[in-house]
Amino acid sequence: MRRSRVLLTIGLATALTAGCAGVGGSSGGGGGGGATSAGFGGQPTGALNIMGFGGDDDVAKARIAVFQQSAPDVTVTHNKGDFDAQQFLTALASGNPPDLVYMSRALIGSYAAQGAIQPLTSCIEGQQIDTSQYRPAALKSVTLKNVVYGIPEFYTVSVNLVDTTSLQQAGLTTADIQTKDWNALLATATKMFKADGGKIEHVGYDSKIPDSFPLWALVNGAQIVKDDGSPNLNDPKAVEALDFNLKLVAAQGGWTNFKSWRDSFDIFGDQNPITAHKLSAFPMDSFYVNVLAGFLNKGTTLDSTSVTDRQGQPVSTIGGQAWVIPKGAKNPVAACAWAKTMTQTDTWMAAAKARAATVASKNTLFTGLYTANTKADQQIRDMYVKPGKDAGFDRAIANVYTALDAGQALNPSAAGAEIDAAWKSAVSRALSGSQSAQAALDQAQQEAKAAYDKTAK
Amino acid sequence: MFLAPWIIGFLVFTAGPMVVSLFLSFTDYSFVQAPTPVGTSNYAQLFSDPRIGKALGNTFIYAALFVPLGTVVSLLLGMLLLRVGRAAGFFRTAFYLPVMTPAVAAAGMFLMLLNGQNGLVNHVLGWVGIQGPQWTTDPAWLKPSLAMVSLWTVGGSIVIFLAALKNVPQQLYEAALLDGAGPVRRFFSVTLPMISGTVFFIVITHTISALQMFDQAYTMFYGPQQKATASDDSLVYMVYLFQQAFQFFHMGFASAMAWLLFVIILVITAIQVRVGNRFVYYEGGPTR
Repeated sequence: MRRSRVLLTIGLATALTAGCAGVGGSSGGGGGGGATSAGFGGQPTGALNIMGFGGDDDVAKARIAVFQQSAPDVTVTHNKGDFDAQQFLTALASGNPPDLVYMSRALIGSYAAQGAIQPLTSCIEGQQIDTSQYRPAALKSVTLKNVVYGIPEFYTVSVNLVDTTSLQQAGLTTADIQTKDWNALLATATKMFKADGGKIEHVGYDSKIPDSFPLWALVNGAQIVKDDGSPNLNDPKAVEALDFNLKLVAAQGGWTNFKSWRDSFDIFGDQNPITAHKLSAFPMDSFYVNVLAGFLNKGTTLDSTSVTDRQGQPVSTIGGQAWVIPKGAKNPVAACAWAKTMTQTDTWMAAAKARAATVASKNTLFTGLYTANTKADQQIRDMYVKPGKDAGFDRAIANVYTALDAGQALNPSAAGAEIDAAWKSAVSRALSGSQSAQAALDQAQQEAKAAYDKTAK
Repeated sequence: MFLAPWIIGFLVFTAGPMVVSLFLSFTDYSFVQAPTPVGTSNYAQLFSDPRIGKALGNTFIYAALFVPLGTVVSLLLGMLLLRVGRAAGFFRTAFYLPVMTPAVAAAGMFLMLLNGQNGLVNHVLGWVGIQGPQWTTDPAWLKPSLAMVSLWTVGGSIVIFLAALKNVPQQLYEAALLDGAGPVRRFFSVTLPMISGTVFFIVITHTISALQMFDQAYTMFYGPQQKATASDDSLVYMVYLFQQAFQFFHMGFASAMAWLLFVIILVITAIQVRVGNRFVYYEGGPTR
């Protein structure tokens, strides 16, 4: 009996020790968070472990090759697949974080506020990264309280993509797809909408709500996150924008039917809603022009207009990725060197050359590469974007380049994750009809403000 | 000595983490800094956070739908399997195979099948003049559709029921036949009492797994393509726990949520055992 009690005690102690092995703050790594700018200088060596970067496509492979040539003493390993928060946080908690993480810029504020990622001041100075090469809006989205936490790459903007076939069938033109006059847009969408009972056959304008709520708020002149990172979700102009979108969805089958219709398409396949002429227009991310270029020979009849504000000036929210160095990274020098190399102009030009070769082999269009590096964007456009194959695609590409300069970042916030969740939940509640736009956004503002106030303590 | 591998595994992979999560539930822990003790404030927050109630409510409704449906469907399929002659092995495998498919893949497949506009299910219902609902977007149908998708995984229960049905002594059926009992009467008077222990076990295990629902709900409603459009009516408890832990960095609060769920499951299971013992027939007689 006594022997069993002793064994049980030893067993529980073992369990407690084993379970606690992964708990606690992560410690600093070998050259880690404490490295000075001098420590970040020089030629990188050693192993570099990257998380969240699949590196499978032609653009990524070309850039990886540039780095490997410039830093032959670095052995790079990276997992396949996108950034996974659970994977990253458990690695961090276990004291074994990757050296470099590739994540959406929208997450930077939250991770920086938690101390999960390092400020890059020393990295930028030590590796002499010229931050003026990055688009100001991209740099803003990786900066929290005047400290840069990420090196930005890629720059996704929104333009209206239009299917001219279905427009012409309805007796309309591309000019009817505009975001300045909302009453006219609602009328246009309603005119083109077709349904047989509860089954939607054609949608006139899919505003991409709820994902695009920040865009529509911006179109109406509202910023849902203020400059200091505090939420502004129930700004009257944001409420008005949501109200308009509710009307747009209600006029085109109602939310449950509309969402089911949207979900039924393979957006990356040749039966996507534009190529299949089932949707006349939507404000879509710039990368999608490249997707549609692959279906030019499948009957895609594309045209485009800019997303504009109520005064008719082009606007867009921006998306994109960033390289961040986690707390406790064992080889932050190589991580910093990688981030610098991947985002500099020469590397982007090598990537554009690889993309141009792919396009030529598949006989499609070079639709541009939007890098967040202003100089690289212009050089790539001058060298590789050749209009003339399809006028509609040419206009779409031109509108994307206009939107690059008009893009605005959502202000990063220490409570970014909670603010994001609050407005998404609010918009879903409003769309399902369980709350009005005002009530939903008021509740969201309350939740987001409470979360923001906690981070400010 | 022979139990040692299991005991070590249990201590390291189950008991150890449980003890640590209990500790974490009394702390504010964000994975980055060391846990900071906060007393019982995480537990107090469980009662003040309205989404906890919403998530629990959704989970209970889902469990109330799935448990009887899953139990009845697996019993019916088990009874069908009992009648199959030579092809029994093939059908047993066929019914069990869905259990082997990854839950994520199955959920993705069902998202397409249950699509309200162009999915196969509504297409087939249309053949008989029924206009099917928007299974995956109408808030009223989110939990029923989740319960239907969960039926994909009842293969294990079918096999267990089959074993129990095969163990029912034939002489009982013969005696009932002699007394003039029809098939329905034989089922309720012979089959059901004789397999009541198995029914009891299946109900309890289905209840526990229903209350811990995560994979299908997350894939169908909270995956990367769906996250922005997820309705509060599809928020099940484990998904909210996951969000608190890995999206909002509240691992301490998530640990408290886990212990609340543990207590709820414990209480429900205790009630089920207490009530169930009145209806379960034990061949060896009542326990002393």
